[in-house]
Amino acid sequence: MPNIEVNGKSYETDEEGYLVNLGEWNKDVAEYIAQTENVNMTENHWEVVNFLREYYDEYQIAPAVRVLTKAIGKKFGAEKGNSQYLYDLFPYGPAKQACKIAGLPKPTGCV
Amino acid sequence: MAAEITAPAYRVIPIVPALKPDAMEGVKPFVASEKIQDALGFPGTLPDDWHERAIAKMGELLKKYRSLKVYLDACVHCGACTDKCHYFIGTQDPKNMPVARQDLLRSVYRRYFTLPGKLFPKLVGARDLTKEVLDEWYSYYHQCSECRRCSVFCPYGIDTAEITMAARDILDAVGYGQKYSNEIIGKVHTIGNNLGLPGPALENTMEGLEEDVKEDTGIDVRFPIDVQGAEVLLITPSADFFAEPHIDSLIGYAKVFHAAGVSWTLSSMSSEAANFGLFIGNYEQMRKVALRIRQAALDLGVKRIIVGECGHAWRVAYSFWNTLAGIGAGADDPYALMLQKQLDQRHKQPTHICEYTWDLIQRDALKFDKTKNDHLVITFHDSCNVARASRMGDEPGGQFDIPRNIIRAVANNFVDMDENTIREKTFCCGGGGGLLTDDLLDLRVKGALPRMEALQAVVDSHGVNYLAAICAICKTQFSKTLPYYGFNMRMIGGVHQLVSNAIILENKQ
Repeated sequence: MPNIEVNGKSYETDEEGYLVNLGEWNKDVAEYIAQTENVNMTENHWEVVNFLREYYDEYQIAPAVRVLTKAIGKKFGAEKGNSQYLYDLFPYGPAKQACKIAGLPKPTGCV
Repeated sequence: MAAEITAPAYRVIPIVPALKPDAMEGVKPFVASEKIQDALGFPGTLPDDWHERAIAKMGELLKKYRSLKVYLDACVHCGACTDKCHYFIGTQDPKNMPVARQDLLRSVYRRYFTLPGKLFPKLVGARDLTKEVLDEWYSYYHQCSECRRCSVFCPYGIDTAEITMAARDILDAVGYGQKYSNEIIGKVHTIGNNLGLPGPALENTMEGLEEDVKEDTGIDVRFPIDVQGAEVLLITPSADFFAEPHIDSLIGYAKVFHAAGVSWTLSSMSSEAANFGLFIGNYEQMRKVALRIRQAALDLGVKRIIVGECGHAWRVAYSFWNTLAGIGAGADDPYALMLQKQLDQRHKQPTHICEYTWDLIQRDALKFDKTKNDHLVITFHDSCNVARASRMGDEPGGQFDIPRNIIRAVANNFVDMDENTIREKTFCCGGGGGLLTDDLLDLRVKGALPRMEALQAVVDSHGVNYLAAICAICKTQFSKTLPYYGFNMRMIGGVHQLVSNAIILENKQ
């Protein structure tokens, strides 16, 4: 398995760069993965990433795109509660790209 | 990764493209890890005796499936199939001509299972099975979406998909499985769906949908889970719980059930219509996935099983559920007999959601405000497995007509694409058959070419702005690939999304 190295510490990832061990995630790793995805992490990105991790803690899966948009809208303002906003933040799709940065496993299936 | 991928140019005259030999050589999806393989009972990695095992597996399949032997023997290389494959059209790699792709396996079959091939291999195009050949299989049998368009044009009726499936089954038997499909099948066995969506997350999502629909319409539309004694068990692709635009069709199904006043339920144990066992050509895996649905139906005591918008799931349900699991009729083990007794045999078992909705429309049981879809000019993409491997309703061609009839009943603006690209001649979306994975995105974009050409034509002539489909794979594939061809990703949507827009609901107790 390939590894990434952040601040001198090595982290195991899968072929697509998703972190293998969820528990190893930290903000520096997130910043590093975001860079490889050409995403520049702002406060708005962190709101989404932090929410994803909270949801995952409770449900052991990332939220549906619809659940995510609704929750972000409720929590951080109605103007952020739409999928266009999330796609602007994470152009490769909020489900996959944001999950990757949040250190969560990739959603599988026909999605 | 995405930045390097570009769509091929539309063809000026859509005929056989110029050849680019080996253009896609070595392109392949990620190989399944040992852990993923182990979970399905396949060898974790290539064993030392892989060669013997591969030939033995081929022999086993030839005995088990008479059709496979016929297909391998019957081809006369007439060439009718060559330019019918979307992957060949999009990649121009001659090995993606259906006949050439089949020959990768056929040549090995000849070497080990026919007398001329054993005696004079060179004269009859027979070759040894080497590691290079195995790698070639892995690459090119994952550049076929098992859509069976080429089979429509084959004068011998050779089912190319069955050859691809056999090759993948052999690959799994020697520990050379595909990560995407096999990881997903493992999740169905342990969690109950492709996504790995556990029960509590499903509940949370469905509660959210109830709130959303209430907010939009003022009506209490329910999204029930694990309701004992419900009339209908809905089996739908788990993408419907998770992805856009899929979830809008799920809302459509729920509104139809609400308007019909029927009690229905999802099952948290069996929350997946998709059956990737079909894609990897493995009967045991396909059966194991199907049996979860039987168990859910027995546990919940439902009278009817309805299948949501999922292409290959409907093929498995319509064509194989009867003998795999005794849904419908066919299997004769005690549980199958119990289920057949339990289900209401006045209905088709299983029923496609489009059959269900169309039946209600014909009986005037649903009311629509068609103007709610007036902002849309709609065309319909026939999904390959529905089009070429199943049926709906009681008339030939029902699988083509019923979804279109529904669209016309709920919307005013519908136009079909070029007749050579729809109905039984439909082109695959480019992401079917277990290829809907990011590591094959370049292939997927290229494979979408013929569909995009046909779409462009109706966009130009009629201003089409909505591409309707009844398959979770098609929806995801188009969301991803439309932008490469200059279209908005939101053009793609479900048929029941249109139903959802237009249906007039009343509060019910």
